[in-house]
Amino acid sequence: MGQKQKPGPFQWFLIILCAVFLCVMLILPLTYIIVTAFREGLGVYIKAITDEYALKAVTLTVQVTLIAVAVNTVFGICAAWCITKFSFHGKKIISTFIDLPVTVSPIIAGLIYILLYGRQSALYPILREYGIKVVFAIPGIVLATIFVTFPFISRELIPVLTAQGTDEEEAAALMGADAFTIFRKVTFPHIKWALLYGVVLCTARAMGEFGAVSVLSGHLRGKTNTMPLYVELLYQGYDFTGAFAISSLLVIMAVAVLALRSILEHKGGKPGDILK
Amino acid sequence: MNFRKSIIPGFGLSFGIMMTILGFIVLVPLAGLVVYTAQISFSDFVETVTRPRILSSYYVSISTALVAAIINSVMGLILAWILVRYDFPGRRLIDGIIELPFALPTAVAGIALTHLTTVNGWVGSFFAKFGIKIAYTRLGITIALVFIGIPFVVRSVQPVLEKFDAQYDEAAHILGAGKIRTFWKVIFPEILPALLSGFTLAFARGIGEYGSVVFIAGNTPYETEITPLLIMSELQEYDYVSATSIALIMLGIAFLILLVNAIIQSVVSKRVSGLA
Repeated sequence: MGQKQKPGPFQWFLIILCAVFLCVMLILPLTYIIVTAFREGLGVYIKAITDEYALKAVTLTVQVTLIAVAVNTVFGICAAWCITKFSFHGKKIISTFIDLPVTVSPIIAGLIYILLYGRQSALYPILREYGIKVVFAIPGIVLATIFVTFPFISRELIPVLTAQGTDEEEAAALMGADAFTIFRKVTFPHIKWALLYGVVLCTARAMGEFGAVSVLSGHLRGKTNTMPLYVELLYQGYDFTGAFAISSLLVIMAVAVLALRSILEHKGGKPGDILK
Repeated sequence: MNFRKSIIPGFGLSFGIMMTILGFIVLVPLAGLVVYTAQISFSDFVETVTRPRILSSYYVSISTALVAAIINSVMGLILAWILVRYDFPGRRLIDGIIELPFALPTAVAGIALTHLTTVNGWVGSFFAKFGIKIAYTRLGITIALVFIGIPFVVRSVQPVLEKFDAQYDEAAHILGAGKIRTFWKVIFPEILPALLSGFTLAFARGIGEYGSVVFIAGNTPYETEITPLLIMSELQEYDYVSATSIALIMLGIAFLILLVNAIIQSVVSKRVSGLA
């Protein structure tokens, strides 16, 4: 990268234009959420976030997020390792399918699970026999959340592992290390920051998913309502202070994610930066 | 399948885990969609997707997403430019908050933007003086989509611009080109592919977006009803045939957009490699 210019008048115009754009589009909504959440005082705020249903929504969101992140982490590591360390046919197709979930509308993501597990599906009688409820129940929410955050971790890892190559692993294998030892001692140190960043991003998106979860949840208050769905419920009930109070928790989460991201970038460099 | 022999162990295990999770989360549900689609009669499909209310929802979704993607391309290009080229106080902060729309749950963004832009809101009351309504109009939808799409163009263009060698600028300068001419003739063609792919991602995301739009749209039939919302309402009426038919059209549109982008990218890369 070349030297950075000291800005002149035209440059300042561009900078101020961007600053105004971001202030209006990003900072203003954030500020507004916080201000509205505390509009009726701290007491009301605390009451809103410690409401019985609010706490249930938070608990459910945390549970769903933990499962989704765990599954996606295992998947992300295996997929990244498999795709970057070995050559096999069909790699491109597999990569395309891995990336597919983020390009699909969240509503369609919800729809495909309804078609698979819903009442009209051929699988439904079998599921019912074993007493498994997917649609309008927690398993559906978990599946939808996994789906929408599916490639987040593998996408962070693949560029790092591609840049790193396979020489070190080959050397370790020649010296007789088994797969787990190679991964733990050779590969993992390279990917730990990228992995952490992927996990952070995945967590944020998993907590905030709305569309797909909304399709599959059935909106049972206190049972299948995650935080974003609970926000919607309060908002549609004209409880704006409550809606913004719950939102403020999600805002804190989002800001924490961004802060963590910039710390991680400092620590490990962006995936692409490793090439330089 | 034909696997090249690799001395690194662990292929079987990682491939197995990858394919199991991929199958369970993506492949089987997609196959379910295909199977379900095959059962829909063609005349039902055509009848559903050409209902006037649905046709007008395509128009609303596509036109607002297109306008938002264009705004994001212009602002994203300027943002990437100032972040890479200029040194100014607050640069790191701007760089950090670009990804806020990724981290902030869409429903939260949706209610904040809606509340801000209603005729009583902080922003809406200002524009109301000029007779401009934002919330519950297509303008509101566009603003929500601009919010959602900000990171796409910036993060596509930024790395390309960072790798761009300042020597080309200098060469153009020495050859007598002015700054504006240098930009359009030297720099712009280099970043055009990245800009287009950022545009495509923002556009595709905008068409499928649900959470941030439903609140601000007002959802008036024929006026501000987006296609994902129609899928949602068909689902709530358990009309899975209609929901799937509309979803197929949306998937088709998304696929088309991504395909066009892929073709453009391959043409451009051929042209560039042809020169080298």
